[in-house]
Amino acid sequence: MRDVTLGQYFHASSLLHRLDPRIKILSAILLIVGLFSATSLWCYAFLTALVLLLAAISGIPLRMILKSVRPLCFVLVFTSLIAAFMTKGDGDPFFSFLLFSRLRIEMYPEGLIRAALLSLRILLLVIATGLFLTYTTTPTSLTDALERLLHPLTYLKIPVYDFAMMMTIALRFVPTLMEETDRIMCAQKARGADFSSGSLFRRIRALVPIIIPLFVSSFRRAVELATAMECRCYRGGAGRTRLRTMRCRPADWLFLAVAAVCLAAVFVGNAYLPEPSFMRGVL
Amino acid sequence: MSDFIRTEHLSFSYDDGEGATPIPALSDVNVTIQKGEYVAVLGHNGSGKSTFAKLLNLILLPTEGKLFIDGTEVGPEGVAVPPELEEDATFAIRKRIGMVFQNPDNQLVATMVEEDVAFGPENLGIPQAEIRVRVDEALAAVGMEAYKETAPHRLSGGQKQRVAVAGVIAMKPDCIVFDESTAMLDPSGRREVVLTMEKLNREEGITILHITHYMEEAAKADRVIVINDGSILLDGTPAEVFQPRGGAAPRGA
Repeated sequence: MRDVTLGQYFHASSLLHRLDPRIKILSAILLIVGLFSATSLWCYAFLTALVLLLAAISGIPLRMILKSVRPLCFVLVFTSLIAAFMTKGDGDPFFSFLLFSRLRIEMYPEGLIRAALLSLRILLLVIATGLFLTYTTTPTSLTDALERLLHPLTYLKIPVYDFAMMMTIALRFVPTLMEETDRIMCAQKARGADFSSGSLFRRIRALVPIIIPLFVSSFRRAVELATAMECRCYRGGAGRTRLRTMRCRPADWLFLAVAAVCLAAVFVGNAYLPEPSFMRGVL
Repeated sequence: MSDFIRTEHLSFSYDDGEGATPIPALSDVNVTIQKGEYVAVLGHNGSGKSTFAKLLNLILLPTEGKLFIDGTEVGPEGVAVPPELEEDATFAIRKRIGMVFQNPDNQLVATMVEEDVAFGPENLGIPQAEIRVRVDEALAAVGMEAYKETAPHRLSGGQKQRVAVAGVIAMKPDCIVFDESTAMLDPSGRREVVLTMEKLNREEGITILHITHYMEEAAKADRVIVINDGSILLDGTPAEVFQPRGGAAPRGA
C-alpha cells in the first residue's frame, strides 16, 4: 500500500507538538501580525531570533525546513527584483541607465535593503507557520482546532461544524482516492493507454479516461458513505458530543501569553528603538 | 424469546420516476426473527436480499405491507407515530439495528480508528466519559485495540470491516445486519469478520443477520433464509436448507 502522509507532519514529542493546536493557530496569527507590522530593523532581528528558537525547540531537522523553503525561491527572487528596482532613494543610485532610450533602470542602496528585508519576511512567515501548523500538528487536530476556534460563528448561522465534517471526510478519503487513481491508471495501462509520451496536449488528453472513472466512483462512494452515516444516526452537528475535547493547560496559556508579549515588544520596538541611519526611508 | 423483527406481507419495488414501471424487489415477505438469533440470508444477485436489509434500517420504506421492529410498526409512511416524532423514532430504530456494509472503505468516516468508532456514540449525544468506555470495549470486542490510533487506510480489508463492526457495537445495538460485508474481502478477512459475528452472537447475545452469497458462511448460522426473486424460498436450519431434496418446507413456491 502506498504510504500517504498528508501535509508534512513530522512525528516527534517536542513542546510545540504537545501544545494545544488552538494555541498554535493563535500564536501563528500573532507572529504573522508581528512580521507584517515590523518596521524596525531591531524588530526583524528579534523575530528572526524567535523563529530560530522555535525551530530549535520543535525538533524538526533543519534539512526538512530548508526543503519546504525551496519552492519559495521563485517568489523570493521575483519580489527581491521588484523591490530592488522599484525603490527610489534619496542619495545617489548605484547605477542608472536608460533601457531602449526610454525606460530608466536604476538601483539605490535602499532598494537592496528593502529587498533583503522583504525576503526575510517571507521566509520567516513560511517557516513560522510551518513550525506551528504543518510540521507539528496533524491535519486531524488542525481541523478540530479550527472548528473549535470558529465555533462562535455558529451564532451567525455559519455551519462551522459541517465544514469541519467535510474537511475530515476529505482528509479521510485522500489516500483512498489516490489508491483508486493508481488502480485505474494500471487498468488503463494494461489496455495499452500511454500516459508518458506525446505532446503535452496528448498527455493531458490521456488523463481523461482516468478522471472520468474516478469521478464516477467518487460519487458512488459519496452515496454509500452518506447511507452509512445515516445508519449511524448522523444528523448534523446539533446534539453531538465528542470523544476528544481540547483542554488548555496552564502551559498552553503561558505560551500564548509569551506570544502576545512578543507581539507587544514588536510594536514597542517599532515606535521607540532608534534606527540606524541607513534604514531611513526604506520601510 | 420474543419477536424482534416481524414482517407482514412486506413488499418493496424500486420506482424509477415518472412513467417507468416500478421494478419489484421484494413481494409478500412474511418472516419472524427472534431476539438473539443468528440468521443467514442467502440469495443470488438481485434476489432482493440487500433490499431486505435496507428496509430493516429504514433506509428504504416498504411500498406495501408492514414491518415490526420490537413492536414498533413501520409502514409505507415510515414509523407509525405522529409526524413530529417521526425523526426520533427513525433514529431509535437505527440505534437498535446497526448495519455493516459491503465496501469497508465507504463506511469509515474519521481519519483515526478510535474516532471512527466514536462517530456513532457521538451522534447519539452520549457523554464523553461513556464514549471513551464504549470505544475501548468495542475495539476490544473485535480485537482491534492495538490499532486505536491508526489511520483507516493503513488497515487490511478485514481489519477495516472489524473497525466498522466496532463502530456499530459502540452504539450498543440489539441487532447487527451485515449486508454482504464479506463480499469484498479475501479469505482471511472473511474468516475474521465471520468469527467476530459468531462471538458477538454467542457472547453478547446480539441478533445477527448475515446477508451473503457464500454458502459456507451461511452454514455457520443457526438459521438460513433463502430469498429468490423477492420472496422467501426456504427457511430452516442449515442442515434442513442444504439437504439435497429440500428438507425445509419450500414456501410460497
